[in-house]
Amino acid sequence: MIKIALIGAGKMGISHLSILGAHPMVEVVGVCDTSKMVNDFLSRYCKFKCFTDYQKMIDEVKPEAVIVAVPTKFHYSIIKYLLEKNIHVFAEKPFCLTSAQGDELVKMANARQLFNQVGYHNKFIGTFGEVKRLVNSGVLGQINHFVGEAYGPVVIKSKQETWRSDPSEGGGCLLDYASHVIDLINDILAPVSSVKGSLLKSIYSVNVEDAVYSLLQLSNNVSGILSVNWSDETYRKMSTSITINGTKGKIISDANELKVYLKDASGLASYTEGWNLKYITDLTPTVDFYLRGEEYSAQLDHFINVVAGKAPNKINTFESAWYTDRAIELIKNSAK
Amino acid sequence: MERILFGDNQFFAVNHISDEKSRAQSIKFKDDSAIVKTLDDAREAGINTFMCTTHDRISKICDVIRAQPEKYKGFKIFPCMPYAHKYANAVTELGIVGTLKEYVPGNFFGSLFKGGVAFLSKDFLSIMELLVDAEMKMFKGIDTPVIFLQNVITDLFLGLNADEVLIAYYHYVKKKYNADAGFITMNMPKLLDVLEKGGITNPIICSSINKVGFRMSGGKEIYEDYLKNRKFRAVAMQVLGGGAIAPKEAIEYVCGLPNIESILFGASSKANIQNTVENIHYFDSKK
Repeated sequence: MIKIALIGAGKMGISHLSILGAHPMVEVVGVCDTSKMVNDFLSRYCKFKCFTDYQKMIDEVKPEAVIVAVPTKFHYSIIKYLLEKNIHVFAEKPFCLTSAQGDELVKMANARQLFNQVGYHNKFIGTFGEVKRLVNSGVLGQINHFVGEAYGPVVIKSKQETWRSDPSEGGGCLLDYASHVIDLINDILAPVSSVKGSLLKSIYSVNVEDAVYSLLQLSNNVSGILSVNWSDETYRKMSTSITINGTKGKIISDANELKVYLKDASGLASYTEGWNLKYITDLTPTVDFYLRGEEYSAQLDHFINVVAGKAPNKINTFESAWYTDRAIELIKNSAK
Repeated sequence: MERILFGDNQFFAVNHISDEKSRAQSIKFKDDSAIVKTLDDAREAGINTFMCTTHDRISKICDVIRAQPEKYKGFKIFPCMPYAHKYANAVTELGIVGTLKEYVPGNFFGSLFKGGVAFLSKDFLSIMELLVDAEMKMFKGIDTPVIFLQNVITDLFLGLNADEVLIAYYHYVKKKYNADAGFITMNMPKLLDVLEKGGITNPIICSSINKVGFRMSGGKEIYEDYLKNRKFRAVAMQVLGGGAIAPKEAIEYVCGLPNIESILFGASSKANIQNTVENIHYFDSKK
């Protein structure tokens, strides 16, 4: 059994906790949250050992690994503390508020040979995994353009403000919704190296942007568009998609459906000339415990397997998340 | 429960394999009259139970049903609560405590906070009861013999090992609404173990059951084993595997399994409703 503790039992934290609670290889040794109500519930009904001070929790329960699911502004100090104590870390996205902070943590984790992962769950969705495989196979020919998009109905009217509406605490659509899309583009195509111009637009929020529109240039010189809006009520829930154009074909993919157009017979098994359609059902392995989507269980399964020495620490590392933080910084600067 | 239950995913743009189809459905069912028309098509095909989420628009459908008691005589609704995305988006924006403040009716929650009263075990269950009541308001006067808990909540509590809350939900629904509690889950074997341990015998459990093993957590074999050897009232959903299986083949598989009391499906067109119903009757008659 791997001893894991959780810091931050908010929306993502509770979801992680449930998946860990059902995991046969995990013993949840402690949960830390500042809300008395959440702690009361978790200790009374779920029998978790709850704390309000994470340092006290670490000293007392001595976890091998910790899930950090607190607001982004606390990531740097908490993760640094955990790495100093030689604890493996899974952190929620985005990684840090500045690329300088992230850079320090990447180096620290590597120097101490500690396992590290960031919760960009889209990489565990079968359709996006297949997009990456197809791009790497070269079947699209020379890639000339991409569009990365995400839309959903999070802020659809003016309402009370929370940490998500405070830019200094990691709020806003750029860090929340857009970071997922940027991370996918970085992973599937190449890291963002420069930003030609961006619009950060407020729709209902006062202090943060509700939409991000940006022209991105990648390190392999491919360029494309980022279009993200979390105030779009024509979507029932968050919907992320990517379109990639190449000289020999085109891919349009979201989390459910993958459409591939190929000019010529590709030689790739199960893909023919013209349009090819694949569904998530063809591309997703079953998980042992399901909550909200296979990808949430799959990403924690991966982290647990890495800590157990059963898988290499290669997906969603601090380093890959740092590239996304840097792109976020470039977008912010280009919008000024 | 009837052998065939009619679901509501198509009305609210829930499509497990295509965002495009979701959008098309959202346009098709923009007006409540289109939903009512499709429900009438289902009734014409012999289905008298509508299993639906507590989506805001359902309250309008309930108004239509209440206004025509003769026409909808014997028509049942199985509510599935809560409409999870309403709460999920609220938690993103307001946090867990903020969301409860927003949705728990009355002053109950506020007074607990203001007074700084420590939460006692009873209070959490009272909050659960108030949320159930809030969700059930729209069904007043309609026959709701089974009230389901949505999988996102069932499975959240299941993973957290908050078994007591699931058991309390079961008893509350029985006491207050004289209804059976149903549980929707993506983790059927694990849930059945927990409910039985909590003293609930022969529970109603709705879960994905299909030929390709889609969303059957832990694998198809363990589901088949539980259906064969354990006692519970199974409702099969996602029988088409999100559209991945040819309808005839999909229904032949589900009808051939032991112990499936009901099959839940949704469809947008009259032809698809009739076709599915005919297939179920055909494969049932061959048993």
